[in-house]
Formats: sequence, structure tokens, C-alpha cells
Amino acid sequence: MIDYSIILAGFGGQGVLSAGKMAAEAALIEGKEVSWFPSYGPEMRGGTANCSVVISDQVIGSPVINDADVLIALNRPSLEKFQSQVKPGGIIIIDSSLVKIETSRQDVRFLPIPSSEIANELGNMTYATVVLLGCLSAASGCFKREAFEKALYDVLPERRHHMIPSNLQAFDRGVNMVVTQ
Amino acid sequence: MTKRILMKGNEVIAEAAIRAGCRYYFGYPITPQTEIMHYMALTMNKAGGTFVQAESEVAAINMVYGASAAGGRTMTSSSSPGISLKQEGFSYIAGAELPAVVVNIVRAGPGLGGILPAQGDYFQATKGGGHGDYRNIVIAPASIQELYEMTVEAFNLADEYRMLVMILGDGTLGQMMEPVLFRDEEPIVESTKEWALTGHKGRDHNTIQSIYINPDELEAKNNELQAKYRAIEVKETRFEALDTEDAEIVIVAFGTCSRICRNVIRQARDQGVKVGMIRPITLWPYPTEVLSELAKSDTLKAFLDVELNAGQMIEDVKLAVNGAKPVYFHGRTGGNLPSQKEILDLIMNIHKEVNQ
Amino acid sequence: MAIVFEKTKGLTDKPFHYCPGCTHGIIHRIIAEVLCEQDILENTIGVSSVGCTYNNYEYFACDMVQAAHGRAPAVATGVKRVHPGNTVFTYQGDGDLASIGMAEIVHAAARGENITVFFVNNAVYGMTSGQMAPTSLLGQVTTTSPFGRDSAVQGYPINVSEMLATLTGAKYIERVMISDFKNIQAAKRAVAKAFRVQKQGLGFSMVEFLSTCPTNWGKSPVESIDWLKQNMVPQYPIGVFKGKDLEV
Repeated sequence: MIDYSIILAGFGGQGVLSAGKMAAEAALIEGKEVSWFPSYGPEMRGGTANCSVVISDQVIGSPVINDADVLIALNRPSLEKFQSQVKPGGIIIIDSSLVKIETSRQDVRFLPIPSSEIANELGNMTYATVVLLGCLSAASGCFKREAFEKALYDVLPERRHHMIPSNLQAFDRGVNMVVTQ
Repeated sequence: MTKRILMKGNEVIAEAAIRAGCRYYFGYPITPQTEIMHYMALTMNKAGGTFVQAESEVAAINMVYGASAAGGRTMTSSSSPGISLKQEGFSYIAGAELPAVVVNIVRAGPGLGGILPAQGDYFQATKGGGHGDYRNIVIAPASIQELYEMTVEAFNLADEYRMLVMILGDGTLGQMMEPVLFRDEEPIVESTKEWALTGHKGRDHNTIQSIYINPDELEAKNNELQAKYRAIEVKETRFEALDTEDAEIVIVAFGTCSRICRNVIRQARDQGVKVGMIRPITLWPYPTEVLSELAKSDTLKAFLDVELNAGQMIEDVKLAVNGAKPVYFHGRTGGNLPSQKEILDLIMNIHKEVNQ
Repeated sequence: MAIVFEKTKGLTDKPFHYCPGCTHGIIHRIIAEVLCEQDILENTIGVSSVGCTYNNYEYFACDMVQAAHGRAPAVATGVKRVHPGNTVFTYQGDGDLASIGMAEIVHAAARGENITVFFVNNAVYGMTSGQMAPTSLLGQVTTTSPFGRDSAVQGYPINVSEMLATLTGAKYIERVMISDFKNIQAAKRAVAKAFRVQKQGLGFSMVEFLSTCPTNWGKSPVESIDWLKQNMVPQYPIGVFKGKDLEV
């Protein structure tokens, strides 16, 4: 049975909500059941933002996650707030360019990825979350690269399709980071 | 269309309404349902309809009253505090027997409360809310696909019975995304609406009102309404029964709560405890009969009512069970959702208790 | 025998229930006459409100809908948005329009809703028996201002026409008085103009009628007319507040 619950968290504006949506879109292309649930309300404006994504091969119960398989944290408060919600044996991925601490959890797989630096190298800061999605895909297997590529074609308007190769490049950098760690 | 699309609950409601032929939307901003308005603002004009941002929820429901009286397919949407303001209009719509669809994406109360999901408007939705003896059909979807299908159906029901149909969601359903599969064509039932106000050229003039100063006339009107409600109870009661045949414990839950409980049932059965669920889909009319019947079963030991409130639907469960079996309750308020674990733990305790 | 007077077809045969000397009957008649004269009765949808005229849907011989207290402009908005080609009017009193329904009237005017509002101002709540209205005059004795309206306690009267005239969406606003033949004829011309403004799609139009309530004022009909002229007109001058130069 496939059943992944993923929390993505960061500051508003870092793109965590859209990154979560992309993960859900990719899994949907693979025919899985998916749900995406955002934090909403006043904190949307400049504060912290997070979303919960559930990917499953069965009907999804709660879209709100109590025990996560994966946490992707793009800032320090998010790591500190959510790391306790990760299941033993789960995965914690951080943007190590921005989060300068390590997780206090010893029972998880910890993947510090300098995704902002990589995005900077690639010349577009919005690719930071794409690097992390590559990392998520490689570390958890909750969706494949092919599905992510198809999802890009679905989600991006045609005038942005020229950006797909560089998106995939960013994705692959994330994949490679996992393979080498 | 054969492709499932990932969409937000609120947007699906708006899209469903437009597909169902709704051409007149009146609303006022409130979290967590505002995306319904945003979607309507973007798409209603293109669909050849009208979107009005009203000055208040009170005005919005009265615009719905006017548009409906004029024969239009119309709706409004809001969240709990805004729905409280609309109660006056609900009562008038019931009295004047006008079709209307209202969406309540419930948030935690009372008062200004919070903006997170809740089911604390169950009483208000099912037991009146406004003044006088009236009912609204209340539908409680539990998924984005159901939000779509049931919103479309709500317009048909509203026209058929000339009454208000409420879609009772909550912040989770409104804000979450899930795949939805749209039909190529919607099952729209057109009604002739000979009573509608259109200008009386070629016929006698029509009037629409809810006032009957003569007590006998008003009593006759009330009797007529009650007869309609009894017929709806017989014809339109909907529920989902899940694994109830061999169940020792039957959960009763609707909407978001039922989703969480669905997972719990699986887990409980893995641990050898036979749990099932009755999920009311219509909250009014309420699936009383199925609960009464289940209560007579020898296998069934107890009911567990789970809600995002301090215990509201449980009154209807108890009325149906009528003392035949114990009814336990678990509720969360404030915008919190129960975890699967807390419900599972409770089930294990109940199981122990009833088997002693 | 030659017919010398015929009741307008814009009204039904149902006898009015209004008190002796009440001016609602006159206002109903001139509205109905204009609907017939402009040949728009069959495409008109009226909105009754709450107050003494709650059931005038029984009097106007056109499609009518009864609205909750104060909400007639919102209901009319809903009707008009479904049938933009039909003539839509509301008929509201001073409690309905200027107190509980202030938000609805202001925003209908601000949106420039292409509807016509008939606002009957007699400075008192009639149906509920003589309470102070938002338009009650300073010093006016009512059942809820038994010692006279005191500005220190009950504030000041609201001049609705002047206020709404400040809104861009309002295209034609005139105050008239139902006091004598000449003024009733002027009132009828205002009604006709308001409907023409709507017909031409120009936007929101309103006619405010200064009116009497002999029953709750505790005066004879004749005394009431005098009281209206002497006391109401100084506070509520008659005239066109918006759209004076509109050629319709």
C-alpha cells in the first residue's frame, strides 16, 4: 500500500504551497489519490506558510496530517515546529542554504540540501523548491520524474513551457543530491 | 472529459454552480469560502450571468431572494458568522417557497471564533436558524468530487421543491485540493417556474410573498409546507453505510469527520474490532430510519458519534437509537480535527466497555 | 352615460386598507397611472416592503414581490439583474428605507442599480403605531419620543435625498409633497421622469414623497397637510437634488 503524507513548510512567498501542489499533480498523473491542504488565514500574508500533501493508492481520509512521512522545511521555524510530527523512520529535507541547524531527531533520514544555492547557480530562485521536489521524489518514491515532467506541461501555461528543461535540470540536481548522500 | 483535475473545494463549488446553470451569484467576503467569490467574479460574466459583491450578507441573501423570485437560478455562499446574518433571508425564502442554493463553509465559533474547520453550525443548519416552522434541505459532502456533484444536484432539488438547499461544508473541504472528474453534460432538470415574476404580459400578474395576516390562511400555508417536508423526508434522505453488517460499533459522522473515521475503521478492523459507519449525506432530512434499524441488531453494541463540535448531531442519533444502545461521543472544537489515533483509542475503550 | 372618470388599470379592485386621510392611496394611484400612461405596466415588477404598505402587492396590478424589512433595494437588485429589460421599482417607508434598510439603499444607489425607488417620508413609523423614525423632526412627539425628539438623546433627522444625491450612481433624485393638487401633479411628473430614467438605462432614480400620517400624528387630514407644509418642508425642502438637467 502506498500512503505518503508530506508536510511542506516555509515563509510565505517561498513557494511551498505551489511546490506541494506540483507534488500532488505529479502523483495524480501516476493515477494515485491525492489531497492538498494549505494553512490559510492571516499567516498567509508574509508569515509562515505550509501545506499537507497526501499521496495514496486508496481513498484519502484526512487531508490534515498528524504523522508525516516527509517534512520539507524551507526555514528554521518550520523545521523546529514540524520535526516532531515526522514518523520514526521518516524523512526530513531542509534547504540547508537557509536552515543553518540540524534536526534534533535521530530516528529519521535527514537530508540537508543547499537548494537555494543550487537555484541561484541555475539563475532562478524559484527553482529552490523544484530541487527539493527532486529530492522528495528520489528519497521517497512518491512520484517519478516522468510524472513531474508531465505535470509541468499540465500546470504551466504554454508561454512558460520553455522553462520546463531548466525545471527538470533543477529537479535532477535534487535527485542527485539524494543519490550522493 | 475523462481527466481528473486537481482543484480547490471552493473553486469546485463555483464551477459546479455555473455548470448547473446558476447565473446569479451574490456574495460577501469571508474566510474560508472567499475563493467561491473569486471564481464567480472571474467566470460568471463569461458564462452570461451576473456576479454582485453585495454590501453585506444580509443584502446578498435578499438579492438571491429577488433573483429567485424573478425565476433565476441563483446562489450565495458564506461561512458561519455570515450565515448567521443570512438567517432572516432563509426564513423568507422558506415562507415564499423560492428555490435557492446556499453554501456554508463552516468555521469555528461561536462569535467571530476562528477561521479553521468546524461543524458547529449543525443545529443552525438543520433546526431552523431563522424564525418560524421551516426546513432547508442540508447536504454534507465529504470530498471534492461530492462537492461538485452535490452542488449540481442542489440546484435541481431547490427548483423541484421550491426551497433552500444548503451545502454544508467546512474549512477543510473548502480549502483542500483533490482530484475532480467533471461530466461532459450536467443532469440539469429545467422547471417552468410559472410562478416567477417576469412582467405579466399575456397572463394574470404574479405575487410572491411570505405574509398571511389571516391565521387560517397562514395555518393552511404551514400545513402545506409541512406536507412538502414530510414528502422530502421519504424521498430525499441520503446516507452511506460502510461495513455496518457485522459491526459491533457503528460510527456516525458526516463531512470531514467521516473521512477521518473511514481510515479509523480500517485500522480498527486490522486490530480485530468490527467497526462500521453511517455517514449521513443529507443532514436534513436525517437518516433516522437506518440508525433505528441498526440499533435493533444483536451484533451492534454501541454507536460512536464523532463531530467537529461539542455534540450537536448526537441529538438526532439519540432520537433515532431511542435508548436501544449506548451512544458515545467524541468532538473537537476551535478548528482542531481529531486524529485517527484519538478516535481509534476511544473505539478500543468502548469495545472493552461494551464487552465486559 | 359618458364615463367622466375611470380608475387606473394599474391598480387592482381590492379596496385600500389605509387610514382615512393617509396619502399612500394617492401615491399608489399616481405610480399606477404613470405605469399605464408609459405602457410599461405589463413589464413591471414591483417590490413591496415592510410597514403600512407591506401588502401593496395586492393593489398594484403588476408582478410584485414582498421583501423583508429594509431589504427592498437588495431584492430589486436581484430582480433587475435577472430581468434588466423590465421596469423594477421599490416602495418603501422612512423606517424601512432610512433606518433598517439604510445600507441597502445607499449601496443600491452607489452601484447605480437601474431601479426606481419610491420613498414615502411621513416622519413616523405608521404600522407599528407611531414610533420615532429617522426622519422624525426635532421636537416631534412620537410614542418613543414622548417628550419630543431631543437631539442630545435621539440625534437629528436624516435628509435622505440630499445624502443619496452625493453618490455618482444616483442619477435622478427629487423630493415632492403630497399636499395639494398642484404638488400631486408635480409628484406625478417626478414619477414619470424616474421611470424614464430607468427605461433609458441611466441608473438609480428615487422620488421622495413628503407624506402625512393623520392617525399617528393625532391630527385631522386637513391639519396634517398644514403640519406637513409648516414643519416638514423647512427640514425637507422639495426640489430636484440630482438630475435636474437630465433630458429624458
